[in-house]
Amino acid sequence: MSRAVVPRLTLASGLRRRGAREALLGVLFALPWIIRLISLHIYPMLAAFYYSFTRYGMVQAPQWIGLRNYATIFGRDKLPLQAFYNSIYYSIGAVPLQLALGLFLAILLVQRIHGLSFFRSVFFIPTVVPAVASSILWLWLLNSRIGLVNEVLTHIGLPRIQWLSSPRWVKPAFILMSLWGIGWDTVIFVAGLQNISRHLYEAAEMDGAGLWARFRNVTLPMLSPTIFFNLVMGTIGSLQVFGPAFVILRGAGGGGPQNAALFYVLYIFRQGFSYFEMGYASALAVLIFLFILLLTALVFRSSAVWVYYEGTR
Amino acid sequence: MSARAASYTPAKRKSSLREQLASRSFGTTIQRLVIYAILIAASIAFLFPLVWMLSTSLKIKSQVMAMPPKLIPDPIRWANYPDALNSPNFPFLILLKNTLTYTLLSTTGVLLSCPLAAYAFSRLRWPGRDLVFLATLATMMIPGTVTLIPTFIIFRSLGWTGSYLPLIVPAFFGGAFYIFLLRQFFMSIPMELSEAAVVDGASHFTIMTRIVLPLAKAAIATVALFEFLACWNDFMGPLIYVTNEKLYTLSLGLYAFRERWELRYDLMMAAGLVVTGPILILFFFTQRTFIEGITLTGIKG
Repeated sequence: MSRAVVPRLTLASGLRRRGAREALLGVLFALPWIIRLISLHIYPMLAAFYYSFTRYGMVQAPQWIGLRNYATIFGRDKLPLQAFYNSIYYSIGAVPLQLALGLFLAILLVQRIHGLSFFRSVFFIPTVVPAVASSILWLWLLNSRIGLVNEVLTHIGLPRIQWLSSPRWVKPAFILMSLWGIGWDTVIFVAGLQNISRHLYEAAEMDGAGLWARFRNVTLPMLSPTIFFNLVMGTIGSLQVFGPAFVILRGAGGGGPQNAALFYVLYIFRQGFSYFEMGYASALAVLIFLFILLLTALVFRSSAVWVYYEGTR
Repeated sequence: MSARAASYTPAKRKSSLREQLASRSFGTTIQRLVIYAILIAASIAFLFPLVWMLSTSLKIKSQVMAMPPKLIPDPIRWANYPDALNSPNFPFLILLKNTLTYTLLSTTGVLLSCPLAAYAFSRLRWPGRDLVFLATLATMMIPGTVTLIPTFIIFRSLGWTGSYLPLIVPAFFGGAFYIFLLRQFFMSIPMELSEAAVVDGASHFTIMTRIVLPLAKAAIATVALFEFLACWNDFMGPLIYVTNEKLYTLSLGLYAFRERWELRYDLMMAAGLVVTGPILILFFFTQRTFIEGITLTGIKG
């Protein structure tokens, strides 16, 4: 009996030693990332909260002023609310359209047609164009006097639109621009659609389900996790739109006609990097962060109702 | 599309099987034609802005604003390109060198750091692993806006602002999205392969470099491409950290170009295409890797 115990012990201690070495190696391999995670993600997030309670012009040390920044945001300064409204408007306008158009193209692409990968690449191309380049391109396309978009509009009998100089149209202009980049969503939708089993469609067809019924009862529920993914990512991204607005409006100082295109991050940038009001800019950032967090949580909560995960409960 | 639905009306159902098949294939032919028509129309809508960019970039100044606009420039003015590239505030070769420095060093950085972390998350057991992984996932959802200001303050206190260090050094410490992508891919490689190697006495470093990485070539290529694209197209990063004009990247240079050459759309489009061209060529040769990479993140995400 004692003979049997000895090898078991050494095996156990051997395993333990191997486990300890594996643990050490694991920490070692992940160490660079852990360092970055703490110093460039977790710490700055907490620091943003701290700075938001200070006045910090980068010359002197941050000076604690309590809730004064927040009081200014909700009181004296009218621009944060305007900027918030602009970003929400943009988000509500752009994301559903992106999802609907992206899904529509993806559904066409997965029909039994030739040239799937060709068309998919064509739709994807605009997403690789650098933001500055696509912004100056759209600046030209949306030129109200001689831009191509207005040229097309007048051709089909519609009036010219002051895309970038009227407060009413400047946000739709940015929404229109964002639609040029739906190729990314489309590619993800195509992948999701290709994962849906053919049998489901065949079964639905047997039951006499028409085009709409198949879309409503097979495609939508089976694709709901993908729609959910694109919705969350699209919303987070659209609320932080920056590059095109900065380029088209010539820097963070501009906000478009009557500040109608002063998007929220543009305003943070102006406060932080033009005025060096780091405390105030942090308070602005904290608020949008909390808003996005709340929104994401709500979408996640709602997902229990409308997102169907295959194989779970 | 309605043609297809029509083939399911009760009247058609009663007809003979042969008739049914014939009408159905007729229906599908029409359906397909409609689909092709929409796809081709959409393709034109997606590509036309770039075609128009090219067209404008080759026009003489007086024709840029001509009414009605002409698609084919007459005469074709190639000289717009040298004019744009020799413009004093668009020193193309310097901008290209700067962009390549940023892009290539960052790509090297993520390729060195991310596979290691992904290996630790997928094939090694260590205390706190799941917690750290959860935090990694969370960082992907955290809006970058909130960390923007404090990150700037950190790099300023290190004396790194005005240089490429804030843009490049973090890459050597990994990135959440890439680690997540690689981890998902590593998970799909059978554990038995590495367990067999462990029994043979191979170290984890050997397993990673000899077994896991060669099998994950596609995922690693995706990471490299994504990082290359992200850096090449990055605007906000250089805008915040690079203040010296001599260090401008192509994106920043293009922004300055627009400031200077307001309304010279011919030159702006030429400069824009020069900045976009390399990325389009890269995409042309690597589109499969791109598409597969996005597919991987979208589905598993």
